[in-house]
Amino acid sequence: MNYNVNEKGYYGEFGGAYIPEMLYPNVEELRQNYLNIMAEESFQKKFHQLLKDYVGRPTPLYFAKRLSEKHNTKIYLKREDLCHTGAHKVNNSIGQILMAKRLGKTRIIAETGAGQHGVATATVCALMGLECIVFMGEIDIKRQAPNVARMKMLGATVVPATSGSKTLKDATNEAIRDWINNPLDTHYIIGSVVGPHPYPDMVARFQSVISEEIKTQLIEKEGREDPDYVVACVGGGSNAAGAFYHYLNQPDVGIIAVEAAGKGIDSGESAATSALGNVGIIHGSKTLLMQTDDGQITEPYSISAGLDYPGVGPMHANLYKSGRGEFISITDDEAMEAGMQLCKLEGIIPAIESSHALAIFENRKFKKDDLIVVNLSGRGDKDLDTYIKHFNL
Amino acid sequence: MNRIQNKLLENKKLLSIYFTAGYPKLEDTVEILQQLENSGVDMVEIGMPFSDPLADGPTIQASSQLALKNGMTTDLLFRQLKGIRKKVSIPLIIMGYFNPVLQFGVENFCKKCAEVGIDGLILPDLPLAEYEEHYAGIFKKYNLINIFLITPQTSEERIRKIDTASEGFIYMVSSASVTGSSSGFGDEQESYFKRIEALQLKNPQIVGFGINNSKIFHQATKYAKGAIIGSAFIKVLSDEGKAGISSFIKSIR
Ligand SMILES: Cc1ncc(COP(=O)(O)O)c(C=O)c1O
Repeated sequence: MNYNVNEKGYYGEFGGAYIPEMLYPNVEELRQNYLNIMAEESFQKKFHQLLKDYVGRPTPLYFAKRLSEKHNTKIYLKREDLCHTGAHKVNNSIGQILMAKRLGKTRIIAETGAGQHGVATATVCALMGLECIVFMGEIDIKRQAPNVARMKMLGATVVPATSGSKTLKDATNEAIRDWINNPLDTHYIIGSVVGPHPYPDMVARFQSVISEEIKTQLIEKEGREDPDYVVACVGGGSNAAGAFYHYLNQPDVGIIAVEAAGKGIDSGESAATSALGNVGIIHGSKTLLMQTDDGQITEPYSISAGLDYPGVGPMHANLYKSGRGEFISITDDEAMEAGMQLCKLEGIIPAIESSHALAIFENRKFKKDDLIVVNLSGRGDKDLDTYIKHFNL
Repeated sequence: MNRIQNKLLENKKLLSIYFTAGYPKLEDTVEILQQLENSGVDMVEIGMPFSDPLADGPTIQASSQLALKNGMTTDLLFRQLKGIRKKVSIPLIIMGYFNPVLQFGVENFCKKCAEVGIDGLILPDLPLAEYEEHYAGIFKKYNLINIFLITPQTSEERIRKIDTASEGFIYMVSSASVTGSSSGFGDEQESYFKRIEALQLKNPQIVGFGINNSKIFHQATKYAKGAIIGSAFIKVLSDEGKAGISSFIKSIR
């Protein structure tokens, strides 16, 4: 079985482009051109040069010795937290801003939840001198004040999304509405492997640099390209898509996707889409999403704003449905403990999103000689307030 | 023949009204439909509220949110519409987003539409290709007409494709915008309307989005077969309630 997108834009039964006609010309333009543009030598050269000199890639693959000893297995951390702006999100923003320029667009819009994707996109817009408008839920603007300030410093306009539940899904709705209203000069830099085809595939390809690097780095360190398992947290699923990408069709490499259980799967306050969702359409994609019996999209909950999305990218829906991926959900408390443990054992303060991936070692046993790569998607600076409150620091 | 097709044969410009089912009050649906027919409206789009209406501006977002809060569901809408054909004879179209239809089951949804006497569907986020591949057969089976949208940015090639796939009218979105913008129609719209008229499509066109008064209604119907008023009608309902319906409709004609 092939777990990449097919020529119609589907992963198994998931994906497609369920968009109103107003968006068709832009999405179709992108669909017809993205692969050719990405294949251009000049595009690849610019993309990789920026990843190297500006983002600071390759990010280290770090053997976490004390963490490994603690859990009696062999754990490597892929250090996306060391990317410029503090998370993997910038890999995609760099790729898409080059795409937007190549398509002749002059105005950039983006949605953001925690503010990481907004900051990454504001950053690349400053770098390229393009106008940047970031939609952010009114509630998230209050929760994530430092990232709002960062975006403003970088020259972006932050527009509060006041519709619906005033969080990430509504910010995404507002970005889509803005794109409908501005069909000619605007490119929408979506922040995860979600949205209508070709977005999930395009974002996954930009993020695939993560697993490309893991392969070469593992040869250096272990004399083998392939770990036994790759582990990543899943909000929309972009860091996971990047970490899994080059292993998708290698059944001997286990894929572990970690979702946010919030206060517990059955608590009514959760974001564990694979466990709680069913098939539907969200933001132009047929995928798994959390919804009522009547097909109204429900509001998820997680302590980590980056995992607080009621859907999951269609690639991951297919990994779940087909059984190719193992899906684990981690509660707020488990994630916070795992984050603190990494601080104490390795001297790394992880983003709370990434802490979810780290928390699986308490719940799932591995063999002593298993080789596991955990994608450490971001650093915890943005989460200090939450850490302070949770641990009374 | 379907009621929509019959209506389109009438030698007049058509006025169609959109409203959100369950707004302002949960049980208003039937009475609003009756009043619209009595006021001389030619056709109605019954909006099924959705939590995440991507193509709608603030007015319809707010009416949808309130309708959902009031307790509107797909199932309840069909219960309200049971027997509607004893009271209302103008064409009725359900307009909504695809996800609630998918959850209800597309076949089940179409069957219920046929049972209560719905004539057509407008599902803006169900794309042409998906419709043709998976759902056209079901729509036909229940004699439901699927209405597609075009915009000023839609290419001629695609308009022709949509024309071929359509059997009622084409929903002509007036400008690049979500519903409820009210900047009026200028040269841009005029040349767009003329361009579409010149294509000599097999399906008549009905213009929607941004039509909020008599002047704009007449601008729109100068080239097209009819026009649809949505957000402006919702505003009347929220300001004046059902008492405002008849005078608003008269003000448009
Ligand atoms: C550090 C970090 N990890 C993970 C995520 C979740 O996004 P995704 O699932 O697309 O990687 C976010 C989103 O804001 C993030 O900031």
